[in-house]
Amino acid sequence: MQFDFSEQQQEFRQEARRFLAAECPPERVRKAIEGGGFDRALWQGVAEMGFLGIAIPEEHGGLGLGYLELCAVAEEFGRALAPLPILSSIYLAAEAIKSFGTAEQQVAWLPRLAAGATIGCLAAAEGERLSERHLRTAFANGRLDGTKAPVLDGDIADIAIVLAKEGDALSLVRVDLAADGVTRTPLDTLDPSRGQAEIVFAGAPAERLGERGEGWAMFQTLLDRAAVLTAFEQIGGADRALEMGRDYALERMAFGRQIGSFQAIKHMLADMYVSATLARSNAYYGAWALSTGASELPQAAATARVSATNAFRHCAKNNIQVHGGMGFTWQMDCHFFYRRANQLALALGGPPDWEEKLVSRLSAVNMPIAA
Amino acid sequence: MNFDDTPEEAAFRAEARAWIEANAPSHLLPILSGSGFGTSAEAGEIDMLAEAKAWQKKKCDAGWACLHWPQEYGGRGATPMQRVVWNQEEGVYAQLSFTFIIGQGMCGPTVMAWGSEEDKQRLLPPLAAGEDIWCQMFSEPAAGSDLAGLRTRAVKDGDEWIVNGSKIWTSGAHISQYGILLTRTDPSVAKHKGLTMFWVDMRSPGIEVRPILQAHGQSGFNEVFFTDLRIPDSQRLGEVGNGWNVSLTTLMNERLSIGSGMSTGFEPLLDYAIRAPGPSGGRLVDDPSIRSKLADWATKASGLKYTGMRALTALSKGEQPGPENSIGKLVAGTTMQDIAMFAIDQQGEAGVLTDPQRAAAAARFQQVLMRSPATRIEGGTDEILRNIIAERVLGLPGDVRVDKNVAFDKIPTRA
Ligand SMILES: Cc1cc2nc3c(=O)[nH]c(=O)nc-3n(C[C@H](O)[C@H](O)[C@H](O)COP(=O)(O)OP(=O)(O)OC[C@H]3O[C@@H](n4cnc5c(N)ncnc54)[C@H](O)[C@@H]3O)c2cc1C
Repeated sequence: MQFDFSEQQQEFRQEARRFLAAECPPERVRKAIEGGGFDRALWQGVAEMGFLGIAIPEEHGGLGLGYLELCAVAEEFGRALAPLPILSSIYLAAEAIKSFGTAEQQVAWLPRLAAGATIGCLAAAEGERLSERHLRTAFANGRLDGTKAPVLDGDIADIAIVLAKEGDALSLVRVDLAADGVTRTPLDTLDPSRGQAEIVFAGAPAERLGERGEGWAMFQTLLDRAAVLTAFEQIGGADRALEMGRDYALERMAFGRQIGSFQAIKHMLADMYVSATLARSNAYYGAWALSTGASELPQAAATARVSATNAFRHCAKNNIQVHGGMGFTWQMDCHFFYRRANQLALALGGPPDWEEKLVSRLSAVNMPIAA
Repeated sequence: MNFDDTPEEAAFRAEARAWIEANAPSHLLPILSGSGFGTSAEAGEIDMLAEAKAWQKKKCDAGWACLHWPQEYGGRGATPMQRVVWNQEEGVYAQLSFTFIIGQGMCGPTVMAWGSEEDKQRLLPPLAAGEDIWCQMFSEPAAGSDLAGLRTRAVKDGDEWIVNGSKIWTSGAHISQYGILLTRTDPSVAKHKGLTMFWVDMRSPGIEVRPILQAHGQSGFNEVFFTDLRIPDSQRLGEVGNGWNVSLTTLMNERLSIGSGMSTGFEPLLDYAIRAPGPSGGRLVDDPSIRSKLADWATKASGLKYTGMRALTALSKGEQPGPENSIGKLVAGTTMQDIAMFAIDQQGEAGVLTDPQRAAAAARFQQVLMRSPATRIEGGTDEILRNIIAERVLGLPGDVRVDKNVAFDKIPTRA
């Protein structure tokens, strides 16, 4: 058994870490949050490193590597809190086109997505918790009507993959966001390092992706894959929050001692370590299932997702606590992690949906075979 | 055991209710019922500080301010129970008085306990009337939980003290007229022994206030710098070197006024759960897994409420508020953070929205999510409150104290 990344994959991760340390230091994240807008130069840099095209075939302009390499890099994007639309454009939009698009759609979009020249997003939610039955956005005769909100990175994306009703079934369609009949409004959210928008479609031209009526199933497949990749972003963030807390506990003195010598702080940091470690192991299991196309993927993805969401939130909130009053200042980075932890927890559908998926998938797997 | 109003309490309640109905600034109701994210946008041209001052003044003129303070200092000499009744009746309008809570809840009682009669006559009535705002200058960059480790120096010069140093996290300093200031007057003795307390006029030369932007994007606390600030000895509160005991008056009142009656956010959550759709089609409140969480939080919220009632009963029997009051903020702080996360999770992807016009429950839960980390730190962190409960209530041995009986200037300050 070899339940770890290979040396080559580790090297890949190191490369991403070096790149992000140099090009995406905390000041650059701060600038994005404080109104610098989308950092296109950073996005181009990431594209030039080949990170966007890792899991996109070579014939479509990617590196043609596997998901494991993408997982390894995702962790580094999470650790650096990169203010970039990788989740939307690569884990979701590019995946959708790669998996369900026609040959022409792939030729048209994958090279552009891999090169960062086009940014994609996925528009599913309609204001409240998403359910298969309550979707209102409709696709008919090549036109799309409806309102999607919030759409992660919908403020900067060029194309959207939209979950819509087609007759009485659901389909996935691709829309050009610069087309007539599309209006977008940026939304204020907990995590300003990633833009969100409301997108209104009024007869916007759209084309179907994959089979009519297969939309919900395709959407679930996309969510499962993205859940594994996002879990790596979450454990990257959790690890960094833990490190920040540990470093501060070593440096800060109270009552003539390092605060890290108080059992309360030690236990808090130890518990952060425990949750981050369990989440990492679960994410590895998800990565294995994703990269091998194992039938366990749905269950492994939900496990990785729930575990990583809890760990990142747990580490981010306790990191503020370890920092005391300092942790509640805008000047410290602690709240960026707290913001991102909560934002990622709600991207791809909120925790209750994933908890539900996890338990129903577990119980389905273990269901006694009917006589 | 009886929760009904006594005839006197019922009469008091009727009087309070009638007065509030006739006098409350009802035009502010939409703002006060919304979330903190919306305040500025919805308030538009309304100057909330001016509104707060006006409401406080009106209350004071009619005898409804600082209810438990003696009448001569601007209060009403009310019983603790009358205070509870008033709070229940005042409802959302009480938010207007948050600006005064540090002054009226902590600084006022400290001046009352340790100030000269002349100071009390002069300072307390305008504080009760909301004419003055006060701040509490205790914490320093190197002295938060370890408050007695503070370094701001006060040196005697004739009838005056000369103060140099700085404070941090001082809530409201930028809008305060006065503050209470804890200083070190003797660094050569053990840390608790060399402290002295003063009250100061924030407009004195030698004070500079610099606002700090907080993690939730608002600016409530400040850094305060003292450069050769001169304070007359007559503004000293308590004896020279007795500052630690004086500060305990403030801290005890702090725990009482910010801990007791603190909301956990359970009521808005229940309200939301009754209205919002649940995962299986019905209402959120009908979902079994959610019911078990609601039950847990309901018992925390009511447990806190009734613990507060018991504390008040003890208080009305003449007992002193003790370290057991640390429980209020400890439970409320962590519970409100858990509730906020749970509530935004129920909103799915829309849970990230902070615009009160769009987010469920006027973005109240998003606001609590971003503010609750501070609740678990200000006025004593969770860890310090647990230490207080373990050591001072349960009688467990104290932490190993490497700084005990060591002269302040000999205590290690660097790892
Ligand atoms: C919103 C806000 C408003 C505030 N307003 C005021 C104000 O108006 N006036 C004022 O004077 N101060 C104010 N404060 C300061 C507040 O009282 C301090 O932040 C608080 O006491 C913690 O101190 P610190 O920030 O120095 O953290 P530290 O003391 O450095 O604590 C860092 C971490 O170490 C832990 N720790 C420290 N000692 C121990 C121990 N013995 N055992 C276990 N763990 C320990 C803490 O729990 C914390 O997790 C405010 C703070 C906030 C956040």
